[in-house]
Amino acid sequence: MTFDSNRRATGPLRLCMMLVALVAVPAFAQEAPDALVKRVSQEALSIIKTDPRVQAGDQAHIRDLIQAKIAPHFDMDRMTALAAGRAYRQATPEQRKRLADEFESLLIRTYANALNQYRDQTISYEPLRAEPTANEVTVRTQVNRPGQTPVSIDYSMEKTPSGWKAYDVIVGGVSLVTNYRDEFTQQVRQGGVDGLIKALAAKNAAPPPAPK
Amino acid sequence: MSAGAYRMRAGRRIAAACIATALLAGCAMGPTREDPFEPMNRVSYKLHQQIDGKVIKPVAEAYVQYTPQIVRTAVSNFFGNIDDMFSFVNDVLQGKPDKAGNDLGRVITNTGFGVLGLIDIAGSANIPKGNEDFGQTFGVWGIPQGPYLFIPVFGPTTVRDGSGWLIRGYASPVNFINDAPTRDVLWALNFVDLRASALQTENVLNQAALDPYTFIRRSYLQRRQYLVYDGKPPPPKEDEE
Repeated sequence: MTFDSNRRATGPLRLCMMLVALVAVPAFAQEAPDALVKRVSQEALSIIKTDPRVQAGDQAHIRDLIQAKIAPHFDMDRMTALAAGRAYRQATPEQRKRLADEFESLLIRTYANALNQYRDQTISYEPLRAEPTANEVTVRTQVNRPGQTPVSIDYSMEKTPSGWKAYDVIVGGVSLVTNYRDEFTQQVRQGGVDGLIKALAAKNAAPPPAPK
Repeated sequence: MSAGAYRMRAGRRIAAACIATALLAGCAMGPTREDPFEPMNRVSYKLHQQIDGKVIKPVAEAYVQYTPQIVRTAVSNFFGNIDDMFSFVNDVLQGKPDKAGNDLGRVITNTGFGVLGLIDIAGSANIPKGNEDFGQTFGVWGIPQGPYLFIPVFGPTTVRDGSGWLIRGYASPVNFINDAPTRDVLWALNFVDLRASALQTENVLNQAALDPYTFIRRSYLQRRQYLVYDGKPPPPKEDEE
């Protein structure tokens, strides 16, 4: 940080620099992972509650919003690598890219569908229990729905140069990545990596199940 | 009793070891290890989809559509109160006095002041629900989950969890009602309430899954593992670079 390189600065100058640093550091520092999850979730919830096109169930519009606001906070390459396992390591760079893209579309469509169904929810955030220097953390949240048992949603997050990013979402103890690992393994066994990409693309091209 | 408590603690350690071994084995040998009856289960699953699509789901949807929310909440609370009662029994069997206290408190409060459980007063007072069941208790005791099963009409389970269901079914207070029609109506209502609560999840699942059978299986097994460990399952083995 700036303090080290300015250790030899004289009294008043040093004080001045420290003041500048105090003001400037928060702006440049990475947003803490729990703060990030909270900010993005709250933003999403407020959009769900106020955007008329979201409320009308406009799936394409909801998908665009998720693509713009939520998807950038996920590390799709790592998620794809985790879900596809050995198949990912053996895939060509081009296959990896197509796989990650199709997987991202599927997750966005799924998320859009889920948001559409759980509109009257509120989220509570548990305090982060992690070392300040940690590079991997789990951010725990809880979704409360009126008259129902709360559901925990945990985000496995990693520190990257462009901020904290999620690489798994665990809903009520069910890890999305682990679920897809089975699905991907099965598809790869049947038709190789290309078979998996094809299956994902077909799924993405199909109309979403009618919302109830 | 202290010997029993010791045995339970030892049991928990054995359970951890068993499940860890099962997990490692599962990773190495593919899904067949935990689902040895997969071909049969897939037939059951198809049959289930037929029955569910033609009868059960339409009934659950009609129930949601034509019954006021307040009535459905009361129905869920009533059966939730019975769940809490069994949760208390299983808290005791697992040697968890704090959870047992909470669940017993919930049952007494809701049965006494909440009109036989129709109103979840304890929930409004933020007394957490235990959600323990016999399947989890067996897991804590170190009994392996056994083969995965898909039972038409009832859905996913394992030999261990299914045994838990059977015990629960026989011991449920609903079973001790002498008037047969009342008893049958309550069982049916319990079933419809459960099915209705899964309608939303099902929609998301159909959007998410490439093969719903595999997706349900992994979701179910993960969820049960999570519950056996009270929300703190051992981390899964990562399969990355």
